[in-house]
Amino acid sequence: MDILKFITAGSVDDGKSTLIGRLLYDSDSILADQLEALQTSNRKNDDGSIDLAILTDGLKAEREQGITIDVAYKYFQTEKRKFIIADTPGHIQYTRNMVTGASNANLAIILIDARKGVIEQTIRHSFLVSLLGIQQVVVCINKMDMVDFSEASYQQIVAAYQELALKVGLKNVHYIPVSALKGDNIVHNSLNMSWYKGESLLPFLETIEISVDDSKDQARFPVQWVVRPQTEELHDYRGYAGRVSSGSFKVNDKITVLPSGFTSTISLIEQFENQPNEALAGMSVTIHLKDEIDISRGDILANSAFLPHVSKHIGADLCWMDTRQLDTSLTYFIQHNSKVTRCKIQEVLYKVNINTLEKEYTEEFKLNDIGRVVIKTAEPLAFDLYQDNKANGGAIIIDSRNNLTIAALMFRSVAD
Amino acid sequence: MSFDYLDELEAEAIYILREVAGQFEKPALLFSGGKDSITLVRLAEKAFRPGKFPFPLVHIDTGHNFVETIEYRDDMIKRIGEKLIIGHVQDSIDEGKVVEQKGKNASRNALQTVTLLDTIAKYQFDACIGGARRDEEKARAKERIFSVRDEFGQWDPKRQRPELWNIFNGKIHKGENVRVFPISNWTELDVWNYIRREKITLPSIYFAHERDCITRNGQLMAASPFLNMDEEDVIERKNVRFRTVGDMTCTAAVESYAYQIDDIIDEISASKISERGARMDDKVSEAAMEDRKKGGYF
Repeated sequence: MDILKFITAGSVDDGKSTLIGRLLYDSDSILADQLEALQTSNRKNDDGSIDLAILTDGLKAEREQGITIDVAYKYFQTEKRKFIIADTPGHIQYTRNMVTGASNANLAIILIDARKGVIEQTIRHSFLVSLLGIQQVVVCINKMDMVDFSEASYQQIVAAYQELALKVGLKNVHYIPVSALKGDNIVHNSLNMSWYKGESLLPFLETIEISVDDSKDQARFPVQWVVRPQTEELHDYRGYAGRVSSGSFKVNDKITVLPSGFTSTISLIEQFENQPNEALAGMSVTIHLKDEIDISRGDILANSAFLPHVSKHIGADLCWMDTRQLDTSLTYFIQHNSKVTRCKIQEVLYKVNINTLEKEYTEEFKLNDIGRVVIKTAEPLAFDLYQDNKANGGAIIIDSRNNLTIAALMFRSVAD
Repeated sequence: MSFDYLDELEAEAIYILREVAGQFEKPALLFSGGKDSITLVRLAEKAFRPGKFPFPLVHIDTGHNFVETIEYRDDMIKRIGEKLIIGHVQDSIDEGKVVEQKGKNASRNALQTVTLLDTIAKYQFDACIGGARRDEEKARAKERIFSVRDEFGQWDPKRQRPELWNIFNGKIHKGENVRVFPISNWTELDVWNYIRREKITLPSIYFAHERDCITRNGQLMAASPFLNMDEEDVIERKNVRFRTVGDMTCTAAVESYAYQIDDIIDEISASKISERGARMDDKVSEAAMEDRKKGGYF
């Protein structure tokens, strides 16, 4: 059994919380006391049924205002898969929350109200899903009950979305007509839409394949911690602890330490008491090398035959997440995997109007703005382009005054 | 090589523990004696052996613990050879920093927040690792893996840092600290399946046993000198086990005949009461957990 992480993009009005509530409810993932809390709550649907949206509304402030202000994580499990949902708000002022949720998702559900079709927010959500490089997209055309379960309405929206997908560069797009409120095509096949021959949402989520690149050309290992017991019996023990961020490493692989450029050979891979011959993407291991070289936290080991870029000048997509706007005169911290150094945003190339996808040429970068910049770092980073390798292609910017995470960066080019 | 969901959750937790080691000067692992923090100890062994843990274990002892928990704790410390720091709620009471609750539902559970914050201040811990999970409660569903607390120990849900990819920002000012939750993405069932797979021993109260209990507010409570009882309380001998291990005055038992871990996993899989449903402290209001977290409760 594996884990599928997905986000749901849409607003309260599209029935997003209801959709998640329905997935949990119909897959028997709600426990008795949670159900009791639901039933005693005074929020009900017009027909008196339980308002499933309450299941995903976490905070007091949100319940009072009936909105989602943050990323909420929900867990459920079927016999086939475990699921982690990052439930993020859909309004434009919460773009940063959606970017955060999307950064760890393998799949995105984009909700469209069947009565409204592709609207401004659909364009925005689709752009963000593409920007963050989410592998699979499923477009749920919701509220089909409000358009008499009409196939023509569905087909019209699919056609409009296909055009949008092309424009924002989304591949692997799937379409399902649903009614989250009534439960059509969520867990069970809809009796109201016999014209739809595809899978319902849950069976689809249970079986969609998520590929992981374990090839050695992507082998990246950010060193987190050096294990040095320095006891009498383990006097010479020196292991580099970390998690393979992408690709795979084998014993006897030639590796290069970056940014220093020293090379060595893997002599041993340890996983607690086991000594596997190979470490795959996602595994937390301790790597030993044949040569004694100076390696510390922040360094990256890579397969010597397939090196990442090493540079201090990088072109990147930037999503600004702070209420204080970007200041090109300031020095910020940048954190790329376990490496932290200082950086400046040297130049703003353009900003994207995420509702129309048009480029705007302006220096102003405010909360939720997204665009292309060039950064300069104090120390060189060993990185891949985000489109080639997400795990080694993203970074965050930290405000050195208040330590807040204020931006997400996706590396797009070497800017030397 | 198969890499299943437990491997994935384990690898993520180890990654987070190593981030704590790499990013902080004085971290600590908060150990309650419960299965979640016992799981954390196992994960720390996997993250740092053959080296020592780069942090001590810290236990906030209400003085109203189950005897079995304390025995387990002391045995475990001997086995793993790591440092244990104990913060006593009794000390906070003696120093007049907190006042013991009165009445029938009196519990030291709320008082431990003060002892915890004092212990953090005394040892200047900058990161405290805890075993909270997002599936436990809806306020926890929104908490970050690295969750910054101000110098008053407060959680501000509106000022949480975005957490992108696997990049955790642990930068803080002096006096602040970060609560770190390596098993955020685990569910109760995941923890049990992991305990079974790793053959981790647990305090015996997790398994079915006979015990004197009273029924209060519809929940079974262990009869103990710490529980304020009166003539209305009828002591009954019951076959029970505990799903969480907290203060004896606020941890409810469930009737159970689950003597082995397999029985427990079957029981939970079929159960229709979630884990925190057995905690009296959450029952007070719909926003109980959120309010306590804002005040510095773990």
